[in-house]
Amino acid sequence: MNRRENLKLLFTGSLASGLLLTHCNPKDKEADFSPKIAGGTPGGRIPEEIARDHKLLSETFFTEEERKKLDVLVDIILPADHESGSATEAGVPEFIEFMMKENPSFQTPVRGGLMWLDNYSIDNYGKVFLELSEKERLEVIDLIAWPDKASPELIGQVRFFNTLRNLTSTGYFTTEMGFKYLGYKGNTPNVWNGVPDEVLKQHGFEYPEKYMALYLKPEERGKVAEWDNEGNLIG
Amino acid sequence: MSFEIKSSGEAYDVIIVGSGAGGGMASKILSEAGLSVAVLEAGGDFDPAKEEDRTQLRPPWESPRRGAGTRIRPFGDFDQAIGGWDIEGEPYTRSEGTSFDWFRSRMLGGRTNHWGRISLRFGPNDFKRKSIDGLGDDWPIGYDDIKPYYDKVDKLIGVFGSKEGIYNEPDGFFLPPPKPRLHELYFMKGAKKVNIPIIPSRLSILTRSVNNERGVCFFCSQCNRACQAYADFSSGTVLIKPAMAKGKVDLYTHAMVRTVTTNETGKATGISYISKVDMKEYKVKGRVVVLGASACESARIMLNSKSKSHPNGVGNSSGMVGRYLHDSTGADRMGILPELIDRPRYNEDGVGGMHVYTPWWLENKKLDFARGYHIEYWGGMSMPSYGFGSSMDTMRKYIKDEFGNPSPNGGYGEGLKKDIRKLYGSTLGMSGRGESIPQYSNYCEIDNNVVDKYGIPVLKFHYKWTDQEIKQAKHMQDTFEEILTEAGAVLLGKKPGPETMYGLAAPGRIIHEVGTTRMGNNPATSVLNSNCQAHDCKNLFVVDAGPFVSQADKNPTWTILALAWRTSEYIVDELKKKNI
Repeated sequence: MNRRENLKLLFTGSLASGLLLTHCNPKDKEADFSPKIAGGTPGGRIPEEIARDHKLLSETFFTEEERKKLDVLVDIILPADHESGSATEAGVPEFIEFMMKENPSFQTPVRGGLMWLDNYSIDNYGKVFLELSEKERLEVIDLIAWPDKASPELIGQVRFFNTLRNLTSTGYFTTEMGFKYLGYKGNTPNVWNGVPDEVLKQHGFEYPEKYMALYLKPEERGKVAEWDNEGNLIG
Repeated sequence: MSFEIKSSGEAYDVIIVGSGAGGGMASKILSEAGLSVAVLEAGGDFDPAKEEDRTQLRPPWESPRRGAGTRIRPFGDFDQAIGGWDIEGEPYTRSEGTSFDWFRSRMLGGRTNHWGRISLRFGPNDFKRKSIDGLGDDWPIGYDDIKPYYDKVDKLIGVFGSKEGIYNEPDGFFLPPPKPRLHELYFMKGAKKVNIPIIPSRLSILTRSVNNERGVCFFCSQCNRACQAYADFSSGTVLIKPAMAKGKVDLYTHAMVRTVTTNETGKATGISYISKVDMKEYKVKGRVVVLGASACESARIMLNSKSKSHPNGVGNSSGMVGRYLHDSTGADRMGILPELIDRPRYNEDGVGGMHVYTPWWLENKKLDFARGYHIEYWGGMSMPSYGFGSSMDTMRKYIKDEFGNPSPNGGYGEGLKKDIRKLYGSTLGMSGRGESIPQYSNYCEIDNNVVDKYGIPVLKFHYKWTDQEIKQAKHMQDTFEEILTEAGAVLLGKKPGPETMYGLAAPGRIIHEVGTTRMGNNPATSVLNSNCQAHDCKNLFVVDAGPFVSQADKNPTWTILALAWRTSEYIVDELKKKNI
């Protein structure tokens, strides 16, 4: 559904003119819903916000080596499967790169955590994390990926991996790919007319009889409301 | 965003400071009476119907931080409240051992662009609390004085709800309420078991049209982003822009008001403001000055308006300006409902906010605290945003396999991905919002040591909760556990105890601050008379929440609007009679 159709829906056919349309010339209304990783957030920004977004987007936090490690890690956390793509395909590393600058308190723990992976790998396998086999990598990750089982001296590394898991999850599920995998249906003009019947039944609910006559009837949305003196809706 | 600055030569009939709920209503009523009006706003112009200002319907990937809050937008990158708790160059201070957080929005419409649209009338008891429990003070007016204005506000702006006939939750002229969402039906089931009422919420969102100028709700649940169809109440879209289109209303944006100017007889002559564009000071003359800058900002302007005739600040011969500052109480709790795990998908956005709520239902005489609270409910399959999928290190155990074995916390891989999907839409929560007791000792004053970047002395806050609010928060926590448990939810987190004042939010955090220029019949103990007119400056009025004698367990906006309408009619009358 494009934005013009959306707008038509908003007016439920009853409003063809009026204040709103005088504010919208059709050219304004060609919305661009494409990903905006390259630009700052749109919509009513003040100059300080635009400047800050541009500054953060122009800086790079991760070194090349760190970024390679990050790519491997986010795809371990959320890999591709038969239903959807991987974290790197969803652009998760770019999001994490941004968040490091957005919230500098992430920087030391994340950088330190990436460093620890190499330290541990060198001590125990004689090579850095990226040079490990897939099996060896998972042996290392398994030490820090399961908070309830991890050894207490690794609590800092567990926290690092929790942070990475959190950022990866957000970064993944806030993309079109993530929306599709999740089955998210909203963020579009529609008419709410209650929980679908089959779902209501599944959960053993019925809408209270007392309110049935009161609840919004979608077909009446566009009619201008009128009341009697007692506040009863009569038109 | 456009700049619109003028230096005026001729005097306006009325100067209104602030474009939020109070300033917006005053601009409408006063301009419709044929008066020339200047509206001064400290922020920029804003119109969510313009593509350049729109954040509504934008998916999270349009934000590089995926909708996370920022210093300027603490409620999220798409939220339309520009300002926040901590504005660069606009500090405030607090006395040691006290707390107050001050939320400001610098934009046309102020905080009404993002507010929760919970539009509750104060009831008859809410104006007469001292007569009931001996604490605080009664208002000099009662429900009957303000009822006609609530009625008019309902019809002009639109609010959905249901007629319930509850004495202290007066019914109005309601639009049809939306049906409850699934988690709300679970809450209703849980509350019924413990005899706590849940009724349709009362929100100023157009489920039906109220006129031909505004669109109707299209159920995106994003009222906090300001509505491009004008289908919810924001002062800019519903009051100020229409007033500008019809009447003699000039809007001054980026205008930071410093003082109310007065003459040797003590009458207000206008205002002076700093233009944020050129950092120069300008004066605007007017026959009447109306302050609607927010309870604390209006108090600040009055306290900073010192002159020979008003040595303590205009309107402040009683010394009461800034006193009796109070905010609503707030506490929250959340849970996870196993029945909602791995459920079928459908569009569950609904209106912005809850479809049902609990009004205060108990007798305080039988309790160990004096005032009540209402309960708000949240949950559902809302749009993923920053923070989505977090906490799988503690939450994953709630996902069980076909044999009932819980998933291990944390982890990675395809299994993690699936578990995040299953968990979606299964958490839910409750928030209590209650009435506090206004205290003389809770106040704001001018901090003579600190100025903002415009050179204007800033506010210093002194605020401490009393036992009344702490005991109320304790009661909220017990109620939350009861309802969540009866609804079938597993409680998340530890129950907040005395060490955190039972999770009671810091003063200012609920953003219902009121009372700083309270009304009263006695000029020695109040700032304004019952028409919101300064006792000691007859052509100065306040139309924000400053005049409130007490903030009920309802949200303040509907009462701000009704009072501002009433005050504006009084101004028109007094001007006609040449009394001011």
